[in-house]
Amino acid sequence: MTVTTDSVRSALEQAPAADRVESHLHPAGSFEVSDHTAPTGREEIWRFTPLKRLKGLHADAEFMRSATSCMWNTPEGVRVEGVSGDEARALRGISGLVPNTLWAARVLAEVPSSLLIDVPADTEVAEPIVVDLDGQDVTVTEAGHVAMRFGAHSKAIVVLNHTGSSTVAAVVEIAVGDGADVSVVSIQDWADDAVHLSHHQARVGRDATYKHTAISFGGDVVRMDANVTYDGPGGSAELLGLYFADAGQHIEHRIFADHTAPRTKSHAVYKGALQGEKAHTVWVGNVLIRKIAEGIETFEENRNLVLTDGCRADSIPNLEIETGEIEGAGHASATARFDDEQLFYLQSRGISEQEAQRLVVHGFFNDLIRKVGVPSIEDRLLTTVEAELAKNVLKDSAFGSGA
Amino acid sequence: MSKLVITDLRVTVDTEDGPKEILKGVTLTINEGETHAIMGPNGSGKSTLAYSIAGHPKYTITGGTVTLDGQDVLAMSVDERARAGLFLAMQYPVEVPGVSVSNFLRTAKTAIDGEAPKLRTWVKDVNAALQQLNLDPTFGTRNVNEGFSGGEKKRHEIAQLELLDPKVAVLDETDSGLDIDALKVVSDGVNRFRAREGKGVLLITHYTRILRYIEPDFVHVFVDGKVAESGGKELADQLEAEGYDRYLKPATA
Ligand SMILES: Nc1ncnc2c1ncn2[C@@H]1O[C@H](COP(=O)(O)OP(=O)(O)OP(=O)(O)O)[C@@H](O)[C@H]1O
Ligand SMILES: [Mg+2]
Repeated sequence: MTVTTDSVRSALEQAPAADRVESHLHPAGSFEVSDHTAPTGREEIWRFTPLKRLKGLHADAEFMRSATSCMWNTPEGVRVEGVSGDEARALRGISGLVPNTLWAARVLAEVPSSLLIDVPADTEVAEPIVVDLDGQDVTVTEAGHVAMRFGAHSKAIVVLNHTGSSTVAAVVEIAVGDGADVSVVSIQDWADDAVHLSHHQARVGRDATYKHTAISFGGDVVRMDANVTYDGPGGSAELLGLYFADAGQHIEHRIFADHTAPRTKSHAVYKGALQGEKAHTVWVGNVLIRKIAEGIETFEENRNLVLTDGCRADSIPNLEIETGEIEGAGHASATARFDDEQLFYLQSRGISEQEAQRLVVHGFFNDLIRKVGVPSIEDRLLTTVEAELAKNVLKDSAFGSGA
Repeated sequence: MSKLVITDLRVTVDTEDGPKEILKGVTLTINEGETHAIMGPNGSGKSTLAYSIAGHPKYTITGGTVTLDGQDVLAMSVDERARAGLFLAMQYPVEVPGVSVSNFLRTAKTAIDGEAPKLRTWVKDVNAALQQLNLDPTFGTRNVNEGFSGGEKKRHEIAQLELLDPKVAVLDETDSGLDIDALKVVSDGVNRFRAREGKGVLLITHYTRILRYIEPDFVHVFVDGKVAESGGKELADQLEAEGYDRYLKPATA
C-alpha cells in the first residue's frame, strides 16, 4: 500500500516567492471559437485522455441533432425547460465560465438551445429535480448546454442521470446564489460504448453551500471536469466522486477549486475502484488559493482500490498557494490493492474470500455513499457497487490468498 | 469433540535474506475441555504459532501436521479453518474501514453457521455479548477496530469468541495492554467460553497475571520456536519467580 499525504507546509515551501505563479491553472479563456485550437494530447490538461476515442468531440466533430432523450420532473415553484434564441444565449457564461478549451467554446457558441433549471430565490425544493438523459444512438455526435440557476437562499437538489449510448459533449453551468444550499449529482451510468466529455462549472455565492457529486460507472470514455469558483466570502463547496472502472474503460475526473474569495472552503473526496484489463482511471485535483483568498480551508482526497491486475489509476493532487494566510490546506492520495491483513482478519472469522473482498469494497465506498445525501441515490449506489462486484470479484477470486 | 493436535510443526517466513525458520518443531495436544497456556519471551514465535494454526498467508509450513478432530487443518483455507471450529483472537486486530461491527458479526455468524441467525435472538445475543464485555451498545455501529482503544480491540475479540462459539480458541496475548479491570472483564468472557461443553483454549501470554483469572490445566514454556518445558500451573508460578533466563542461557549447567 502506498500512501502519500502532504500538508500545507510542504506546499508552501514549494510555492515560488513571486506573486505570479507559472501554472496551467491560469488559462486565458475566450468565448471566441477561433481563439482555441484542437488539443494534440501533449497539453497538461489532455495528457491522460485518449483523444482518439473521443470521436472528435474535443476537435471538430459535427454537433448533430440530439439523439438523446431528455425527460425531467418539475417540482412546484421551479422552472425546468428547454430554451433557445436570446434566452439561451443569455445563459452562456452564467457560472462565470470562460471556455479554455475548443470544445467548450464550441458548445457555448454552436448549441442553439439550453436546458434551464431555474430555482427562484427563497424557494426550498424538497423533492430532487431529476433529469433523465438516455442516449439512443452512439453514432450521433452531439453537444448540450445545461444552465442551473439557484436564487439567493434557495435550496434544491438536481440529479443528472445519464444512461444509454451517446457521444456527447456537455457544458453544465451552475450559478449558486448567496446563502443558497445546492446539491448537484451527475450519474454516468452509460452503456459500454458511450463517450462523454463534460465540464461542470459552478460559481458559489456568498455564504452559499454547494455540493457536487460525480458518479461514473459506465461508458467507454468518460471525462468530467468539475470546477468551482466563489462569488464572495464564506462559500463552501464539497466535491464528491465515486467511480468504478471495468476492463477497457477510461474514467477521468478533474476537479478545480479556484479559491477566488476569502474564507471560502473546498473539500473534495473522490474514491474509485478498478477491475479488469486496461481499466484506467484518472483523478486530477487542482486547488488554487489566490492572493485575495485569505483564511480559506481546503482538503482534497483521492483513494483508489485496485481489484485485479492490469488496471491503472493515475492520481494527481495539485495544490497551488498564492497567499500565506490560510486556515488549512492539505491533500491525500492513495492507490492500493486489497489489504491482505484485512482479508485475513475477515476470513479468520469464517467469511469466504469473495465475501471478504465484497465487504472491503463496500466498506471502502461506504462513508462516501453516505455523504451523497440523497436516499434514493444512496440505495442505487449500493446496488450498483454490488453489480460491479458481480462482474469480477464475486465471479471468481481475482487474486489473493487462501485455497 | 474438539481435539487440536499439533505435531512437529515447522514454519518459515520470507525475509530479505531468504526464508527464516521460526517454528522448529512444535508438538502440542489440546484435548477437549483443556486450557493450555503458552508462555515465552518476545520473539520466541508465539504469534507465529497462532497465525500458522489460523492460516495466515505470510507463513510457510515446511513440516509437521495440525489436525482438528482428525481433520487436516493445514489443507484448509483460512475461512474453512474458522468454519471447522478454530478461532484466533489476535494480538493486533485489524481495522476494516467502512464495515460496521454489527454487519461484520452477522456476516461472520452466517458464514460459520451456514445460515443467517434468527434476527430477534441474534440482536439480543449481540447486545448481551457487548454488554458483558463492557462495550457500549452503539459499538455495533462503529467500523471494525477503527479508532478502537487497545482494550476495546481485545474486548471485541472476546465478544466474537462468545458469539461465534468455536471449538478451539487460540488467544494471542489477549491480556497485553489491558488494565486490571479490563483484564477481569476479558477473563470472565474467556471463562464463560471455557464453561461451555468441550471447548479447548490455547492461551498465549507473556505475563503470568492473566493466569490468576484464567486457570490453565497445562503450561508450556515456549523458547526459540519450540516448547522447552511443559508442566502444570505450578510452572507458571516458577516462571513468575524466575523469569525466562533459565531457558535462554545455553544449557551448560
Ligand atoms: N516477516 C518477517 N521477517 C523476519 N522476521 C520475522 C518476520 N515475521 C516474524 N519474524 C520473526 O519471527 C520471530 C517470532 O515472531 P513472533 O511474532 O511469532 O514472536 P512472539 O513470540 O509472538 O513475540 P511477542 O511476544 O513480541 O508477541 C521474531 O524473531 C520475529 O522477528
Ligand atoms: Mg506475539
